[in-house]
Amino acid sequence: MGVRILFLGPLQDLAGEAERTVAAPLDWAGLLSEVGPVIAEQLQVERLNIACGGRVLADKTSLVAEDGDEIALLPPVSGG
Amino acid sequence: MVTRSRCYLRSAVARLSISSPLDVRLLDKGMSVGEALAAFNAAYSEAGGVVSFLGKVRPDGDVQALELSHYEPLTLPGMEKLSENARARFSLDGALVWHRTGVMTPGEPIVLVATAARHRRNAFEAADYLMDHLKSAAWFWKREKRRGTWRWIEARPQDHLDLDRWK
Repeated sequence: MGVRILFLGPLQDLAGEAERTVAAPLDWAGLLSEVGPVIAEQLQVERLNIACGGRVLADKTSLVAEDGDEIALLPPVSGG
Repeated sequence: MVTRSRCYLRSAVARLSISSPLDVRLLDKGMSVGEALAAFNAAYSEAGGVVSFLGKVRPDGDVQALELSHYEPLTLPGMEKLSENARARFSLDGALVWHRTGVMTPGEPIVLVATAARHRRNAFEAADYLMDHLKSAAWFWKREKRRGTWRWIEARPQDHLDLDRWK
């Protein structure tokens, strides 16, 4: 099953795909290495959030995704 | 916990049923604005005032289309929580919060907010509060198409100032 990573909004263009499934378990360091340097740089931006299992993480570096989890990478939302 | 709909109200004049006290929806196509407002008004016949706001795609120069994407597990629950906050904060009788997703063209509706309250000031302020939060704090990503090219829209500093008004 693995861990499903969703690229939301502009991240989709940077990733060149809407989603990717990687091997579980996945932590913050694992995520950074899985997504490649361009996305990894974006993930470090403070205003970029990560949701795991439908919940936004208060501290994204504490990510621990298990087999079957869905992770959403959430760029800052668009305004007006 | 978000309060779920308690009952459905149907009126003779409105063909559409809305849930009360909160009716929160994500729509992937179309928006029946007139019917929604008729149903909303009928549902809150005891309210002293009803305020509504309709946001539309601006026919801005060479904009051909606007696309809104969202993330299902967060976007709708976030809108429901926001609506519940507005209801409590402004003592609303009820609120309707409908948001489009997908591709829209200039002039098409994007968002419809309606609030019903005993007094007008609460209804006005609640609609304003809902719109400021929907624009700056709801999980939507927008991109617009100009001259055949899509471009993502980033948050403006004004959006955050709008939010600060309510802190």
